[in-house]
Amino acid sequence: MKPAVLTGEHFMTGDVACAEGALAAGCLFFGGYPITPATEIAEHMASRLPDVCGTFVQMEDEIAAMASILGASCAGVKSMTATSGPGFSLIMENLGLGICTETPCVVVNVQRAGPSTGLPTLGAQGDMMQARWGSHGHYEIIALAPASPQELFYTTITAFNLSETYRIPVLVMTDEVTGHLSERVVIPEAGAIKLRHRPAPKGRKDRFKAFQPGPNGVAPMAIAGDGYGIHVTGLTHDERGYPGMNVETQIEMMHRLTQKIRNNLDDIIRTESYRLEDAEIVIVSYGISARSSLAAVDEARAQGIKAGLFRLITVWPFPEQQIQKLAEKVRGFVTVEINLGQIHLEVQRCAGSRVPAVLVGHPGGAVITPEQIVDTLKTAF
Amino acid sequence: MTSKSHAGDKMEILITGFGGQGIVLAGQIVGKAASLIDHKESTLTQSYGPEARGGYCSAQVIISDKFIHFPYVRRPDILVCMSQGGYDKYAAMIKETSILIVDQNLVNPGDIPADRCFAIPATRMAEEMGRKMMANIVMVGFFTAITQAVSLDAARSTVSGSVPRGTEALNLAAFDKGYDFGLATLKGRRKKAEGKKGTVDEKP
Repeated sequence: MKPAVLTGEHFMTGDVACAEGALAAGCLFFGGYPITPATEIAEHMASRLPDVCGTFVQMEDEIAAMASILGASCAGVKSMTATSGPGFSLIMENLGLGICTETPCVVVNVQRAGPSTGLPTLGAQGDMMQARWGSHGHYEIIALAPASPQELFYTTITAFNLSETYRIPVLVMTDEVTGHLSERVVIPEAGAIKLRHRPAPKGRKDRFKAFQPGPNGVAPMAIAGDGYGIHVTGLTHDERGYPGMNVETQIEMMHRLTQKIRNNLDDIIRTESYRLEDAEIVIVSYGISARSSLAAVDEARAQGIKAGLFRLITVWPFPEQQIQKLAEKVRGFVTVEINLGQIHLEVQRCAGSRVPAVLVGHPGGAVITPEQIVDTLKTAF
Repeated sequence: MTSKSHAGDKMEILITGFGGQGIVLAGQIVGKAASLIDHKESTLTQSYGPEARGGYCSAQVIISDKFIHFPYVRRPDILVCMSQGGYDKYAAMIKETSILIVDQNLVNPGDIPADRCFAIPATRMAEEMGRKMMANIVMVGFFTAITQAVSLDAARSTVSGSVPRGTEALNLAAFDKGYDFGLATLKGRRKKAEGKKGTVDEKP
C-alpha cells in the first residue's frame, strides 16, 4: 500500500500528476466514465484509491459521474471526476446542480478538439467558454488552467482547496498535450501541503440554516447524516434550503452564489508574469499555449521586440482588473489559445478601445508554434 | 511551473519507428534518466492514438539545463530511426550538425554524410538474444554510447526500472550489447580519422 502523498521526484505524465494531486489533496472518491484523453486519470485513481481506502466507481455516463461526486461530497468526502470532449457536455447538467447546492468537488477536463466527437486523441482549448457558461442559468465558476505536469499536481490541490473554501465545483481545464506530457514532478512531504476544508457548522443543530453565509460569504456545510436535518435542492431556495418559488428568493440566492466568488477574487485569481516589467506587447495565454508563448517571448526579444507573457492560471473568474491595468501601459495584447477566439474575447473586452488585442488561434489538433506567435508579434503592431 | 529562467542550451531528440517497437518506452527511458538521475530538465511527448499501435510512431525528448518552454522538437539534434517511414518523414528536419542513428537493416539513410550517421543492426542483435522486442533497448544502449545525451549509469538504472519485472538482466544485457557496439563504432571512427590525418601529414 502506497501513501496518499508520494513524496519524491517522479517522471510522470500530466494525467498521472493530476490524479496524484487529487490524492494529496485528500480526495477519497472518484466517479467517472473513461474517455480519451482523460482515461489515464480514471485508471490511475482506480489503482490508487484502494491504497487510501477510497472509492472508485465507473458510472454509466458523465451525467451520472457528476451526480455521484456531488453525492459523495454531500456525504463529507472530497470527490472528483475527469473527462473530455462530449463527456464535458454531459457534465454540464449536474454541474449546475453542484453550483446551486453549493457542493464542493473537482471536475477535470483534459481538452481535446471538438465540436462533437472531434479529434479524440488530439489536444485543444476549445471548452473555455463552455467552462464559463455551459450549464444553464447565470452563475459564477472557478476554472484553473495548468501548464505542466508539475503544475497539474499543484493546481489539482488548489482546485480542491478553492472548492472547499467556496463550496463550489472547481474546473481544472487542462489539455491533451499537458495531460500526456511527461516531465519531472516533485511531490513534497505531506506536511508541506496546505489543505483547506469546507467551513463546519457550529451551534444548535435544530437552528442551523444550511445556506446562511458566513463572514466570507460562504455558508458552513453540514454533512448528510450528522443530524442537521438539511434540505438540498436544485430549486431556488432560501437560507434554510427550502424551495421558494418567487423572485425575492431568486434574487437573494443569486446574490449569495455570485458574491461569494466576486468578493474573494484576491484569493481565487492566480496568474504568473514572464518578462513583463518592460514589455510593450503582452501575450495572454494559459495551459500548453503558455509554453509556446514562453518560447515566443524569448525569440521575439532576441529579435528586438519587447514582448512579455501574462499567464492565466485562474481563467475564471477572469482577471479583468489585471488586464485593464496592463492596458494602461502597453501597446497591445496577443491572446494565444487553441481555439478560434474565446479568452481573446475577454482580453478584447478588458483592453477596451485603449489598445489593440489580436488572436493567435488554432482550430484544434495541434499546438501553436512559437514561430506563429513571433510572426504575429512582428506584423500586428 | 518555473518560468523564471530563460531557455538555455538544449538537445532535441526524435526517436521514430513502427508502433510496437517500443519507441515510446525508449523515449521514456531517455527522458526519465535525464530528469531523475542526471538531474537535468527533460520533456517527453509521444504519438498517441491508433497510429501508435502498428503504424508510424515517434517519441520526442528534449533535454536541457534549464526549464524547457516548448516541449516539441523543431530541429532535432539527434534523429533515431528504427523504420524507413520515420526516416523518410523526418530526415528533412535535421540540421548540418545533427546526428542520425539508424537500425541498419531497416533504414537506408540516403545521402546523409557518413560521419554524421551511426548504424547498428539493433533488431538483428535482439533477435540473436532471443527477443526481438528488445531492439529498442539495444538502440538505447547504442544511443547512450554515441550521443552521451544521458550518462551510462542513468541509462542503465532507468532501463532496469522500466522493463517488466524478471526481465531486468536480459534487458541490461541488450543495453550493454548496444552500448559496446557504440563504443566500438566510435573507436573505429577515431582510428580512421587518425589514419587519415596521418596520410595528410605525410604529404609534402
